[in-house]
Amino acid sequence: MNLFYTATDHFVLSPAIQLAFWGCAILLLDTWLIPDPRKRRWLVPIFVLPAIVLTAIALGKQHAYLVSEGAREISAFNGALTVDGFALFFNWVFLISTLIVSIVSYRYLEIEGEHHGEYYGLILLANCGMFFLATGTDLVTLFVGLELMALCFYVMVGFLRGERRSNEAALKYLILGAFSSALLVYGFSLFYGMAGATKLSVIVKAMQGRDPWDPVLFLAMATTSVGLLFKISAAPFHMWAPDAYEGAPTTTTAYLSVASKAASIAFLLRIFLGPLDVARPAWEPLLAGVAILTMTVGNFAAITQTNVKRLLAYSSISHAGYMLLGLIAGNDTGLKGIAVYVLVYTFMNLGAFLVVIALRRQNIIGEDVADLAGLAKRHPGYALLMLVFLLSLAGIPPTAGFLGKYYIFLSLVETGHYVLAVIGTLYVAVAIYYYFRIVRSMYLDEAAADTAPLASTVGLRFAVGVSGLLTLCIGIYPEPFLRLAHTSLLK
Amino acid sequence: MQGVPLSWYLILSAILFALGVAGFLFRRSIITVFMSIELMLNAVNLSFVAFSYQFKQVDGHLFTFFVMVVAAAEAAVGLAIILTVFRNRATLNIDEINSLKY
Repeated sequence: MNLFYTATDHFVLSPAIQLAFWGCAILLLDTWLIPDPRKRRWLVPIFVLPAIVLTAIALGKQHAYLVSEGAREISAFNGALTVDGFALFFNWVFLISTLIVSIVSYRYLEIEGEHHGEYYGLILLANCGMFFLATGTDLVTLFVGLELMALCFYVMVGFLRGERRSNEAALKYLILGAFSSALLVYGFSLFYGMAGATKLSVIVKAMQGRDPWDPVLFLAMATTSVGLLFKISAAPFHMWAPDAYEGAPTTTTAYLSVASKAASIAFLLRIFLGPLDVARPAWEPLLAGVAILTMTVGNFAAITQTNVKRLLAYSSISHAGYMLLGLIAGNDTGLKGIAVYVLVYTFMNLGAFLVVIALRRQNIIGEDVADLAGLAKRHPGYALLMLVFLLSLAGIPPTAGFLGKYYIFLSLVETGHYVLAVIGTLYVAVAIYYYFRIVRSMYLDEAAADTAPLASTVGLRFAVGVSGLLTLCIGIYPEPFLRLAHTSLLK
Repeated sequence: MQGVPLSWYLILSAILFALGVAGFLFRRSIITVFMSIELMLNAVNLSFVAFSYQFKQVDGHLFTFFVMVVAAAEAAVGLAIILTVFRNRATLNIDEINSLKY
């Protein structure tokens, strides 16, 4: 037992220190250190840049250390934090989404009339919470990380204070989020009671040899997994997602749908492959049911949506179902599949939301499928990229989305879950239908006469371009990305 | 351990937690719903403290402090959000906050 703050501890914690420091610094700058509001407007967002660069350097050092020493993991704080390939992989995903979302937020929030510097502080602090979700290997660390992330998101979802929909979205997200956290932490207390420790490694040891159908273990499993499934918006615990996604500012929606989901998936994998691994016979059929229900609800509810944000919300619910399938298969291909899926999903989903962000102009909300009408004529570049993102979301080769689904289905076939594989494949057909409603609107429908040009800034064009490029790149030349995903295997 | 056995604490904690869940599901006022969530978190605290006492450890006590901090932070953010909702709608009944659906 090491009671002091060691150099290893600092090394492992350094990305979180950077994020927390700059997050708090931005909050201070915005409220206090820069008194002139006109200067504040453009000065505060700039500070996101050093934050992201320094965090990336800290992560890069950890990455380099793991590669050069050939170590599997660096453990710190007596096992409360563990940097391994898994943690690094997810942390890179979070950081990239933070970067992209910060780039596009400025113009969007200006148009909404709610541009405040604290938004960037909240983004960085949320990323700090995600760091603990991916890196934490102690129930306390994971819980605090989850809440840090969630609290920032509650505020960001309700950021448009004068907008009724935004308030309502924040309220629903807050109440259901707090409820699911309470369920989750009740499960944690039972784990603590069974194992007498909060460290995942100790709990895993204490759980070994326990009967999977043991009632206390089952109760812990049930409460913990309901809490976790809420967070990844799996049906039947998905109700908050469409409302929160629709009401939130679109930049928040993009961040929420990508980074928060990736963090929750990381958290879910840590718990299910750690303390809950022993109860696999009990949770596997349950999760299979949840995955099927999630894909059903997500895909069928998306068909009738007219609001693009809501449509993408339901589509992101169905993507959570696909990711769960990888966990059910549970072999190396499945877990690698989840990692690939998270990576791919980050770029394609961010990209799709970025196009929706570009559609928001002064006095035009631009969230309906009809608002995309004639986009191909007016902005062929955006329309083409949107087509790439939608093809990828549907899982059509040669885009990246195909790769994600391919590994998930492969793992299902390898482990003999043929029925799940068939159901999953059938739902891809449903998905193609509703994604192509957007495509049809862009390419075939005539635009209304008085449409204003898109609010496209250099930053936005850059962000959409990078997302589109990576979506294509991962699909066409997947080798390096697959190798990266392979390093993230937990076992 | 002399006196009250561990199981009693756990049963009390489970009952409180179930009451919190029931309040969450059946009450219509946002404030009451929010209080129900706090009740659930406090039920969790009780079971952590009971286990911690049983094991003669501080880990559970520590977790309790974190849960309390999180509950306080959640209340602060939550009440601020509830306030903005109330400003825009002048109601705190869950059934009337329904502009986002399907």
